[in-house]
Amino acid sequence: MKKMHFSELWCSSPRYWGGLSFLAFLVLLGLGAFYHMEHNGHWVTGMSNHLVWGLPHVFAIFMIVAASGALNVASIGSVFGGPMYKPLGRFSGLLAIGLLAGGLMVLVLDLGRPDRLIVAMTNFNMKSIFTWNILLYTGFFAIVGIYIWTMIDRKATQYYTVAGYVAFFWRLVLTTGTGSIFGFLVAREAYDAAIMAPMFIIMSFSFGLAFFIITLISAYWWAGRTLGEVRLARLKHLLGVFVGAVLYFSFVYHLTNLYMTQHHGVERFILLEGGIYTVMFWLGHVVVGSVIPLFLIYSPAFATSRFAIGTASVLVLLGGFLQLYVIVIGGQAYPMNIFPGKEVIASSFLDGSIVQYTPTPAEGLLGIAGMAVAVTMVAIGARMLKVFPDSLEDPAEVEHA
Amino acid sequence: MLSSTGIRRFAGVLMAGAFTFLTTGVLGDSAVTPGSKAAGMEACVAPTAEMRRNHMDYLKHDRIKTVRKGIRDIRNSLADCVDCHAAKNGSGGYAQIDSEGQFCDKCHNYMAVDLACFQCHRKTPGEEKLSQSALDGGNVDHRLGLLRDKDAPAALAADELVQLQAIVQED
Amino acid sequence: MGKHNDQPDGKRRQFIGGTILAAGAATVAPGILLTVAQATGESQGVSSDVRYGMLIDTDKCVADCTACVDACDKENGLDLQQKPKGQSDDDWNAQRPQWVRKVQLKDRQTGDITDLPMMCQHCEFPPCVDVCPTGASFRRADGIVMVDRHTCIGCRYCMMACPYKARSFIHQNVVNQLVAAPRGKGCVESCNFCVHRIDAGKMTTACQDACAKEGHQAIVFGDLKNPESEIASILREKNSRQIRADLELNTGVRYTDL
Repeated sequence: MKKMHFSELWCSSPRYWGGLSFLAFLVLLGLGAFYHMEHNGHWVTGMSNHLVWGLPHVFAIFMIVAASGALNVASIGSVFGGPMYKPLGRFSGLLAIGLLAGGLMVLVLDLGRPDRLIVAMTNFNMKSIFTWNILLYTGFFAIVGIYIWTMIDRKATQYYTVAGYVAFFWRLVLTTGTGSIFGFLVAREAYDAAIMAPMFIIMSFSFGLAFFIITLISAYWWAGRTLGEVRLARLKHLLGVFVGAVLYFSFVYHLTNLYMTQHHGVERFILLEGGIYTVMFWLGHVVVGSVIPLFLIYSPAFATSRFAIGTASVLVLLGGFLQLYVIVIGGQAYPMNIFPGKEVIASSFLDGSIVQYTPTPAEGLLGIAGMAVAVTMVAIGARMLKVFPDSLEDPAEVEHA
Repeated sequence: MLSSTGIRRFAGVLMAGAFTFLTTGVLGDSAVTPGSKAAGMEACVAPTAEMRRNHMDYLKHDRIKTVRKGIRDIRNSLADCVDCHAAKNGSGGYAQIDSEGQFCDKCHNYMAVDLACFQCHRKTPGEEKLSQSALDGGNVDHRLGLLRDKDAPAALAADELVQLQAIVQED
Repeated sequence: MGKHNDQPDGKRRQFIGGTILAAGAATVAPGILLTVAQATGESQGVSSDVRYGMLIDTDKCVADCTACVDACDKENGLDLQQKPKGQSDDDWNAQRPQWVRKVQLKDRQTGDITDLPMMCQHCEFPPCVDVCPTGASFRRADGIVMVDRHTCIGCRYCMMACPYKARSFIHQNVVNQLVAAPRGKGCVESCNFCVHRIDAGKMTTACQDACAKEGHQAIVFGDLKNPESEIASILREKNSRQIRADLELNTGVRYTDL
């Protein structure tokens, strides 16, 4: 294989700074939204005592899950020995760090007491999955940072394989942890399922790769570098496998629930009668997020269409976001069965009734700001560090990964 | 230039005066707010210098005892701080202890240290003390709104006051 | 001092008197100060020899009575929070704090109507404590499950985990808090069995008193571990149920005739 040359991503200044200032604007909007919510308290949001995690959490979980998946490309390069993927490893790590930072920012800024972040960092309840996640997220930054270093610095290459394995393992644990946040909630019928953890892992593969493909195509278009068809086709087919796997896990999850009588209510809600959630599930997750992308990926008509690959990736992200929305919000909207065998006739606390949730613009702006932070970090990182190969032209003879 | 020197000298005296005033206000031995119960007391639960240096640790130490172990007869109780150090505000009630120029604010503002206690804790002495002072001042209005924070919607109704009066007299 | 005086003036003065001496000594040896303060007669703190619990006789609970709820709101200063300007009634109802709520149930088979107050069930194995990242949600030795607001970061994971939806999040600024019930924006809170009363040695909760005052006496509060307590003897005599007993959380709040 030809030796790869990496260099900082360069494009004309107006273009670069214009892009950055747009991102900064989005971040500022989000910070304004944060100030609005924290100054007034959460009453200005759509969240309540019944729907405790809202749109910001969907954004945060989406990005955190995708972050872990974005590292996938690097892992394939170093753990599974795929030479086609190896040159993409640096960017893969950078994207992973950016997405995680963006997601965590949203999560932290939505806390009731964000000023007490230091408390969260100094008081640990080791039984809490949240605590594990705090440690896993911080560790992820460190490990991926080292991983990128071993890829970039020639003096550190001897540690490359070790770092690759550690990062791969850490990433799997991290998504298991994120999925378990929901999987271990015994009380809520939509969440009490161990399949959540592996499902989140496979979701992370899918979302992370979709993010990776989009940013890769944009970066190479941005900088006017060459991106070969073969490599993209590899990534595309991998994405197809992951999208199919997510759909399969989703199917198994609902099938299990449908088998258990006590979960029939929540399944009927999500799959049939949930209004917006039902639409999001079928139209968003299944059709837009899975079926159409699979068609775009596997149809011979679009075999080399870069537009089809990009569209498929965007749709995967859109569908994935809606899938998470259904899991996070839809799962809470359905009432908990506190009194089995009884029907709640009256309650001042919305027992037994479906919770309404209308996200406010501020919540959305905070989430978008998180995305903007992720992209900003990637844009700055790519400009400062040698993460992108000068050219990703197809190799003369394709090695088999 | 004589006049200008005079002005300068006057300004110098003024500055020195202001400085002395400020330092006595912040660092002097009588940091207690005039008009508070503490102003008429011999000492705090510990010598002033020690309290200045360590009050935050004492409060933190004892708050853990109170919240986690249910020990309420602690020496360093924030409610007691407020009881002694909150100053009367001239209209029968108390000034909020963290408001500008009051006991906590004076130092915390000077040192630029964030004061988070009163985001949750009450800033004035407890409810019964209020009604007691209301009785002293003869402010038995139909609704004693002026005793509470002016932003606060809730106020003591006259019948509640009668109940409180009864309780106070029992004690 | 609060209406329910947990620190009588005289006692405190005595205490200050005692501690001034101690403080004098402490100027010489500051390190021993805290020990000295302890030696002046602080109580020992809660013990696991008791476990507080509550028994609710749903037969005695009356449909439209909200005495317990109102008493709780007053006792803990929940009524200090008012609907923010411009907020809809529905939103306010979904966001306002409710430590105890009245619920009316109908049996799907028999059509029997049951009324009951629902609050934190003070589990022996509380899911909220398991999930809390900072350990702010905790269970006292005497069985009371509560939030240490000093370390609560407002992540609301406990609200997700609680099988009884017992917790409320403070969605707005609070002013003029009660001395006995500090509370502020951005933390999670729930019923704590009127812990300030218990610590002051008063063995009733506000809701229990209110219920008794109404003449219903549907609520009995006491020590589950003391076989002679009223609650323990009624529990022996009558069949009672834990809500969601299938979760094996061993709740401290039990219901008869549910």
